[in-house]
Amino acid sequence: MPQQDASRAIAAVWRLESTRLIAALVRIVRDVGFAEDLAQEALVAALAQWPAAGIPDNPAAWLMTTAKRRAVDQFRQAERRDRSYAVIGREQGGEMVDDDVAATVINAMDHVEDDVLRLMFICCHPALTIDAQTTLTLKLVGGLITKEIARSFLTSEATVAQRVVRAKRTLAEAGGALEEPDGAARASRLAAVLSVVYLLFNEGYSATGGDDWMRPALCAEALRLGRILGALQPDNSEVHGLSALMELQSARTRARSGPDGTPILLLDQDRSRWDRTHLRRGLAELARAEALCKQPGNYQLQAAIAACHGRAPTAADTDWARIAELYEQLARLGGSPVVELNRAVALSMAYGPATGLTLVDQLVDLPALRNYHLLPSVRGDLLFKLGRHAEARAEFERAATLTKHTRERAMLLNRAAACAEPG
Amino acid sequence: MRFMSFIKSDESMPWGPPPPALFEAMGQFAKEGYENGTLVEQGGLGASGQGAIVSLVDNTITVLDGPFTEAKELIGGYAVTEVRTKEEAIELGRRLLQIHLDNWPGWQGSCEIRQLFADDGAPAT
Repeated sequence: MPQQDASRAIAAVWRLESTRLIAALVRIVRDVGFAEDLAQEALVAALAQWPAAGIPDNPAAWLMTTAKRRAVDQFRQAERRDRSYAVIGREQGGEMVDDDVAATVINAMDHVEDDVLRLMFICCHPALTIDAQTTLTLKLVGGLITKEIARSFLTSEATVAQRVVRAKRTLAEAGGALEEPDGAARASRLAAVLSVVYLLFNEGYSATGGDDWMRPALCAEALRLGRILGALQPDNSEVHGLSALMELQSARTRARSGPDGTPILLLDQDRSRWDRTHLRRGLAELARAEALCKQPGNYQLQAAIAACHGRAPTAADTDWARIAELYEQLARLGGSPVVELNRAVALSMAYGPATGLTLVDQLVDLPALRNYHLLPSVRGDLLFKLGRHAEARAEFERAATLTKHTRERAMLLNRAAACAEPG
Repeated sequence: MRFMSFIKSDESMPWGPPPPALFEAMGQFAKEGYENGTLVEQGGLGASGQGAIVSLVDNTITVLDGPFTEAKELIGGYAVTEVRTKEEAIELGRRLLQIHLDNWPGWQGSCEIRQLFADDGAPAT
């Protein structure tokens, strides 16, 4: 095999296997940094041997065997100088120096699904900052290299590398960080995992236009993590709810900006450009969530709202009454004032601008929305529809001063100017 | 990147029917695919005797009912995968054939791997 083909093939194997490899090694050596080093060493060995010998029939087992042999070597060295390592070395050594390596590898691969979930839990440990959680998740679970992570977050490789080092130290110092949480702690950790996945998705999704390939890749990675979680936690409705939400939003990716990168609002999008595969998968995931749970959680409700849009052949077909109802349920879960603002929009679409305005007027004095440009923007729109043009104009102008986006400011000032026109 | 892979072989199965071990190994492979996020969906195709080919030759449309005895390799199943490089899709195809090699003595065939594109000609994501 030519050298270049071989290294690309090895990179592919690495991408497919690194998560499970690192996850299983974390269980065996009980140290995230050490596990990652061992996995890297196995990769280096593969790069040295596979181009000549060919890719083994079972590359996952080969990598695992190699990494475990390195672990045994290191344990043996460490045994002489480090007592704590020696304890682990003795506990694990019997298994690892077993001549029947194939059997132990199969054994190690047996619990691998649990390992991957545990690795996700570790990456989202509460002692870590949210930046550290997202970075570690991309690195250890996503198998992304530092350069790719830096590009995703528009930051430098040095920053990412340092973040990883610090995160590993935090985990080592946190004590028991590698233990799998149970009970209420498990539920809240799973929630942390879900929010990291959704954060990654939004990081990719919120960047419109541009030719940066890493942003769409981030969305794809989040979707993949969502699918993994769905397979690992099939009975959790929020896991499926999150997948549904991300799939339904992904369906709109190509329709949400014009050729010059101008954002196109949901109701103005050409729905024939929505991706049917994502849409179908999103609706299927939502159905799965709904079958599991009659008391929907946050992601399931957001997905249900996205599904109302996804099911409507045209914007005019949108079931706004249902959307308003879903926003009300979201608000009851402790939604933010932004949820209430969205509910007001849905109410106005379902029952007329006056109904929406009644709710918006109750939100005007909320501190959380004081500098939120969409509040005056929505209020201006409703006032305009009610014929109260002078008040609408003032609201659009106020919204224009609050937004940070140039294109949006221009759009708002246009609307303000239109209020002055007769008719 | 989304790929669709087709598994193709001689429908008459001169090497005999698939042994139970194959189904078990394929089931495990699919489970792994769902758990590592690469497998999006998969499905098997019925025998060509249950299908038909509609063709247009020399301005004439004809319908040929199955079985398609003349074709050497027919599609038996498909999978849609979501991977990051073509090499990953190839590696998954290689593993699929490895499973056949390990569990179905004498089997011969191929796995055709094709990237999926969206309506506007952009790669499907």
